[in-house]
Amino acid sequence: MAHFFTFAKTALKNLTSKPVTTKYPDAPIDYPARSRGHIEIDIDQCISCSLCVRNCPTECLAVDKNAGTWTINRFDCIVCGYCTVNCPKHCLKVVNGYQKPGTEKQAATYQKSPEVMAAEKAKKEALAKKKAEALKKAQAAKAAKAAQAAEAKKEGD
Amino acid sequence: MARKHKRNIVPFGPQHPVLPEPIHLDLVLDDEKVVGVIPSVGFIHRGLEGLVDKRDFKEMVYVAERTCGICSFQHGMGYCEAVEQIMNIEVPPRAKYLRTIWGETSRLHSHLLWLGLMADAFGFESLFYQCWRIREKILDLIELSTGGRVIFSVNQIGGVLKDMDAEMLKHFLDVLAEVETEVHEIQKTFMLDYTVQSRTVGVGVMTKRQIHACGSVGPFARASGFKVDMRKLGYEAYPDLDFEPVISNDGDCYARCDVRIREIFQSIDLIRQAAAKIPDSELAAKVKGNPDGECFARIEQPRGEAIYYVRGTGKKFVNRMRIRTPTFANLPGLCEMLKNADYADVPLMILTIDPCISCTER
Repeated sequence: MAHFFTFAKTALKNLTSKPVTTKYPDAPIDYPARSRGHIEIDIDQCISCSLCVRNCPTECLAVDKNAGTWTINRFDCIVCGYCTVNCPKHCLKVVNGYQKPGTEKQAATYQKSPEVMAAEKAKKEALAKKKAEALKKAQAAKAAKAAQAAEAKKEGD
Repeated sequence: MARKHKRNIVPFGPQHPVLPEPIHLDLVLDDEKVVGVIPSVGFIHRGLEGLVDKRDFKEMVYVAERTCGICSFQHGMGYCEAVEQIMNIEVPPRAKYLRTIWGETSRLHSHLLWLGLMADAFGFESLFYQCWRIREKILDLIELSTGGRVIFSVNQIGGVLKDMDAEMLKHFLDVLAEVETEVHEIQKTFMLDYTVQSRTVGVGVMTKRQIHACGSVGPFARASGFKVDMRKLGYEAYPDLDFEPVISNDGDCYARCDVRIREIFQSIDLIRQAAAKIPDSELAAKVKGNPDGECFARIEQPRGEAIYYVRGTGKKFVNRMRIRTPTFANLPGLCEMLKNADYADVPLMILTIDPCISCTER
């Protein structure tokens, strides 16, 4: 059976109730903790492994190992969070706050601090030195072994 | 002398107030009656299926869920289902339940969106705003649990990325109880109102035989008494949940509206059941190797059955991905329905199949 005024109750309720909308931006937005706003990096923890770059579906990331930089084009990023899943050092995270609109796509570059760069350089040099020493030692051992073998052969003759 | 009828072709779309997305229909009119329909699609083709050459099979989840903005979660889930079947991955039970809860939440927001558009199509703007106001609560739940309002990004091959604790599930149920009360209130207007009934009852009738012949799916088919629901195939946690497909026998716009409103209550009930039964387990199974083989996965989206075909050759990049979306299956039914319809009813009838063109064109 058809009825009339089926919406009257809802309409009257709306007349007396507060608006459901808020006056943004005057009233701030309360983002939930999981809100996928943008990607943030703790650049000093980054080891420049490039796994985030290789796994980004939109190819919006770039890593320069020598310069110690991590670059993100925030206008291309879809904030899927896949880079944060793949980061071995967990230095990437998704945080609140959406990217503000702009007239052109701009990339944001993060640079490692000089102390971290110096520490990394020292570590690298120490590693290279250790490697070189190990190589030298191995070569010396090899040469000694070869000389010993040659001597043994001579004695045998 | 008999009056000579002159046939006219009236273009409908791609830009039309009733259409959220672009589809073009050439309506062949004989006076005010539609006698033929020629649809054309292809305005928003993005070539998402072709991206399989450039994105590996794990990254493709994020591409698949961007097929559509409304059933995004279920697109990602359908793709994951197909790849998991190829790789014989056993998804942990908690992940299955979480996927079911999120899937039904996305059905809720899709149906509420459709109800709003339906109200707008027959010129009831305040009802339209009421539906979208209620939908806003569902979107807030989605944002709370996944971090995104439209794109969930919680699916991964082998399971899910995020968990819901008991407190969050309780909040879900509290909000859904409010939503249920509010939908009961607006249900009266959709189902009983004299003016609304004059626009929907007996308009765009599709018989069960016609639905079968056109291969229609989803609520469009169920409104004509066709008991077809892919959730009954038993993917994710649906085998553990108690439900029956919602059907109606009238086959008109009123029946399609009725089916979707009752499906809202069914989804709320399914979320309640899933929240009560959700087991404790890890969230994702380990994935080793690459997909080698092919698989068809069928899931029930808000608009009906969607089919995902994935073929892998043991490489990081899958060889082929194909999505058959519900709107694509419903287009022949739409053309059949529009024949002999009044021109003034065309917008409403197009809306009742719940067209999602960005899905269809991928």
